[in-house]
Amino acid sequence: MSTMKKFMAWVDERYPATQVWEEHLSKYYAPKNFNFWYYFGSLALLVLVMQILTGVWLAMSYKPDATLAFASVEYIMRDVDWGWLIRYMHSTGASAFFIVIYLHMFRGLIYGSYRKPRELLWIIGVIIYLAMMATAFFGYLLPWGQMSFWGAQVIVNLFAAVPFVGEELSVWVRGDYVISDVTLNRFFAFHFLLPFILAALVFVHIVALHKVGSNNPDGIEIKKNKDENGIPRDGIPFHPYYTVKDIVGVVGFLMIFSAILFFAPEMGGYFLEAPNFEPANPLKTPAHIAPVWYFTPFYAMLRAIPPMFGSQFPGVVVMFGAIAVLFVLPWLDRSPVKSIRYKGPLFKIAIAIFVVSFVVLGWLGVQSSTPTKTLLAQIFTALYFAFFFLMPWYSKIDKTKPVPERVTE
Amino acid sequence: MKKLVIAFVMAALPVLAQAAGDGPHLDKAPVDLHDQASLQRGAQLFVNYCLSCHSAQFLRYNRMGEDLGISDEQLKANMMFGTDKVGDTMTIAMSPKAAKVWFGNPPPDLSVIARARGADWLYTYLRTFYVDEKKPFGVNNAVFPDVGMPHVLWELQGMQKAVMHTTTTEDGTSHTAIVGYELVKPGTMAPAEYDAAVGDLVNFLVYMGEPTQLKRQELGVKVLIFLAFFFVLAYLLKKEYWKDIH
Repeated sequence: MSTMKKFMAWVDERYPATQVWEEHLSKYYAPKNFNFWYYFGSLALLVLVMQILTGVWLAMSYKPDATLAFASVEYIMRDVDWGWLIRYMHSTGASAFFIVIYLHMFRGLIYGSYRKPRELLWIIGVIIYLAMMATAFFGYLLPWGQMSFWGAQVIVNLFAAVPFVGEELSVWVRGDYVISDVTLNRFFAFHFLLPFILAALVFVHIVALHKVGSNNPDGIEIKKNKDENGIPRDGIPFHPYYTVKDIVGVVGFLMIFSAILFFAPEMGGYFLEAPNFEPANPLKTPAHIAPVWYFTPFYAMLRAIPPMFGSQFPGVVVMFGAIAVLFVLPWLDRSPVKSIRYKGPLFKIAIAIFVVSFVVLGWLGVQSSTPTKTLLAQIFTALYFAFFFLMPWYSKIDKTKPVPERVTE
Repeated sequence: MKKLVIAFVMAALPVLAQAAGDGPHLDKAPVDLHDQASLQRGAQLFVNYCLSCHSAQFLRYNRMGEDLGISDEQLKANMMFGTDKVGDTMTIAMSPKAAKVWFGNPPPDLSVIARARGADWLYTYLRTFYVDEKKPFGVNNAVFPDVGMPHVLWELQGMQKAVMHTTTTEDGTSHTAIVGYELVKPGTMAPAEYDAAVGDLVNFLVYMGEPTQLKRQELGVKVLIFLAFFFVLAYLLKKEYWKDIH
């Protein structure tokens, strides 16, 4: 035995290193027909790692103090060696994370990756999405600019809309009657903590994935067709095939990411909002408060619902409901097939309406509201929910195509 | 795919229309960060006219000197008027408390003002002060109505009067807008000269908003070239591995 083999034998007696490597990489069989949409899982992992690393390095120079926070960000941008690069990687990374995750979720939607036996895999994913939104929300306060401050003010005030306990609840969340130094301190603490919980959830997500196996664009269970060695006929080892393929995806992603980071880090005011270059001022409300783009579809829904019985609570319920409905999605789809490739026209129309609704709501969320725009927001909110609530009906009566035995190219 | 692209473009149209129609008209600022002479002239104007009420507390004198090709000696001789050292940031002696009494609001720090307001806004703002006797300093501004700041550059521009035009819509509401300006007291600069000077100043403010931006773009080109090579290699590697998968 070579020295290396001896060493690995020594390790394997004490820790299942080779076993883990084989089960999850070199002998984890993934369908061979993954397409473009299957890059976003590995990309999400990449961005998470990047956000954690750049975040930790930012925390070395950032000061979570209402009188120092804004200046410390500019200190990072100007006086810390490569601080500007680390900061832009982090700020661009936040938006990139949401883009990647939205595409990852869309992949799940069109290929039915939430269907049996992947219900828990999907639900864990939705929990990850929630944790990610919480992390982004806490992080957005930290630069302590005008949008940081007033955005947080608006969101925390949502808690005040909860009947009976609302006022106390919002004070409890802020730790003060207004967004203040106390709030900044606790948001910083949460913003530092949550990514590690996120990483743990991602681990659980991958454990669930490797238990049930990856879905594919045909929505076929490759485990149902195994050869004499027990290897799926349509499966290929994740390593080296998908590791080398994902490297191509990673480099492609990094090209787009770098183009934004180096040439348009503000992305026209959508990734870094112009009012956030003004220090937070509790006495000066900005003319127009809008959350960052990745929250705007939900913000548009919130504004679309008129107050009822003098309370904004219904709007808050609808907004959170838009995410909560994702939890029950696995049981709403009654189609006999998983993938959009074999689903009928009804599903295709429904998903197109859904995508348009999400994008239009996102656009409406950055606009100041007018009666026409509120009406539009109401229509598209209704369509967003119709996609889910009507699914048991349209997915059942839809005309599906026969699913092949083996995966197609 | 083509349909998808068209759909996205159509969805973006209202956004573009909205962006074009918002607020007063802004003139395009002549920003060119590669024009070091313009940046130096802008810096000169900045330290002479702005940096007594406004601070730039995130910019160090010698960082500016290094980026704009100004030596420490030149900085000390021409651009620093107090007891600051070249490694200090551009702070001011005026206290925010006193400033609040004098101007209503303390003049904001200008370090990142170009990123908060945008170059075009600043370029228009500094050229559209007009006589308005109702205001404490005798001037008002087209893009910043009821501004608390006096027309600091009046010596250069002179004083101008706004030409107003009132339109009445069908439902009887009237709307007054500024359609032009009339110089009532000439300054030391001709109008074109003044525009160029403000252009230099705004150019400098844009530099000050993010001193690393030229370095950032330079590095970006190198990174993208590297990634393009890496992409080809990664693609060939993938192709090599995948050639036996059918």
